[in-house]
Amino acid sequence: MSENTLSTKESSSFSSKFNKQMNYYGKDFKSCVLLGAVGISAFLTFASLILLLGYIFIMGLGNLNPSLFAWEYNSTNVSLTPALINTVLMIILALVLAAPLGIFSAIYLVEYAGRGNKIVSIVRITADTLAGIPSIVYGLFGLLFFVTTLKWGFSLLAGAFTLAIMILPIIMRTTEEALKSVPDAYREGSYGLGAGKLRTVFSVVLPSAVPGIMAGIILSIGRIVGETAALIYTAGTVANISSSFFASGRTLAVHMYVLSGEGLYMNQAYGTAVILVGCVVVINWLSSRVAKKLVKGKTNG
Amino acid sequence: MNKQKEIIMKYVFLVSACTSILSVILICLFLFVNGIPTIGKIGISEFFLGTRWRPANDIYGILPMILGSLYVTLGALVIGVPIGIFTAVFLSAFCPKNIYPSLKSSVELLAGIPSVVYGFFGLVVMVPIVRELFGGSGSSIFTAGVLLGIMILPTIISVSEASLQAVPKTYYEGALALGAGHVRSVFYAVLPAAKSGIMAAIILGVGRAVGETMAVIMVAGNQARMPQGILEGVRTLTTNIVIEMGYAADLHRDALLATAVVLFGFIMIINLSFAYFKRRALR
Repeated sequence: MSENTLSTKESSSFSSKFNKQMNYYGKDFKSCVLLGAVGISAFLTFASLILLLGYIFIMGLGNLNPSLFAWEYNSTNVSLTPALINTVLMIILALVLAAPLGIFSAIYLVEYAGRGNKIVSIVRITADTLAGIPSIVYGLFGLLFFVTTLKWGFSLLAGAFTLAIMILPIIMRTTEEALKSVPDAYREGSYGLGAGKLRTVFSVVLPSAVPGIMAGIILSIGRIVGETAALIYTAGTVANISSSFFASGRTLAVHMYVLSGEGLYMNQAYGTAVILVGCVVVINWLSSRVAKKLVKGKTNG
Repeated sequence: MNKQKEIIMKYVFLVSACTSILSVILICLFLFVNGIPTIGKIGISEFFLGTRWRPANDIYGILPMILGSLYVTLGALVIGVPIGIFTAVFLSAFCPKNIYPSLKSSVELLAGIPSVVYGFFGLVVMVPIVRELFGGSGSSIFTAGVLLGIMILPTIISVSEASLQAVPKTYYEGALALGAGHVRSVFYAVLPAAKSGIMAAIILGVGRAVGETMAVIMVAGNQARMPQGILEGVRTLTTNIVIEMGYAADLHRDALLATAVVLFGFIMIINLSFAYFKRRALR
């Protein structure tokens, strides 16, 4: 009996608060509707992510078997290992091309170019343009320029150059932000100790901008891993590990596209999807780790 | 010696900065030099207003693809814009603090999922559902619109949320002080103040939807004909290029390049309006 009263007391205090709120919203129909819309929309957004990931993982994990990871691709095992290795090769090549260029251009924009420099505004505009171009247009350009005009054929190198142009604006932007957030006191201190401009940039400014630059590079890796349209007509769709930079090789995303397009290897396509999504989840986790470090570094400094 | 190194490196940096300019020039050059004369050769009105795309008979009208891109993008906006904006409002004003970081990173994850995976999901889940519910083949404007709507969600959410967060707290507090409730303060004081930023978010979403290729190719049906209805298949500008570039030659190949020029033109218009709204949002 006493227990009962206690619980009603507790619940009544809670329900009175709830009722108060509900009374308020009850009187205001519009607020109610808007609140409902907010709730439903947020639910739909996160439900669609959970549905997507859940479906891919549940359907895919069962289809992961050792033959999917065989060293050589053939039409019975539909191995994804060659595609995975090609993806890693592609990431390394594209980053080797784009990272120095992107970081150097950001250094020029932030450290060297004076205020009101014309080149700076042109570079900004072109970088924004590059960031907005759809990947299929990059693919077409790669086909026309690297594959046909330079006669590289469908090759890892043609794909990597195409992707390098694609990720250039990402690396440039993030490096620029990172360099800008380095306090001027660092530079002044370095000059005060007698270092030249170059030395200041490489030994003082760049090291403190590393987390920001890393964030940009991780973002670019994510873009490369997921890219398909720009690679089909540049790196081609050969399912083996590329024997040289001038040989064709499909990355994991292209592999996934070809499998689901053929429709013959749906089980293997599920398995490949799990690996692909797994890569993306890991990359996202890494970038959030780096971002956390960035915030921490800022509060410490 | 050191002085020399300084000067050399300065020019190295300058040359690197010019690579993005060079890339844009090269891309424009290769597309336009091949594409624009082709439009002239086919005939401007035949190319843009022609309703038939028959490469075998040398008939190249891209109106079906322009309309296809338009309808699919509209579908994506109908789904993506309201859900995206309301979710952004949720994240900025209604979300409990303790779950905010995980929701924020799930939006990032939604943005990071490759478009082939979205396309695959559409192909194996959404197409059969649409086929069951509405009949037809299932690959349709509707399916592609819904899928693209989900795909542009993260873009719209993150840009709108940033612009909502940028609205000064005093707007919200002022509305509360005037007697408005939490919901009304958010929707009638904060949301209108973030209008330009939200417009920029929507435009960025449009750009993503127009430029998307791989997901659309897997769920839209890709028939090169005038759109017949919301549950019929359609082909967009982007998918037209991917499907036929593999075997195209001569005029057919040039017509595909001209398609890319049109696509590029649309994207340029979208980017310029995005820059315009972004600048207004900053002011």
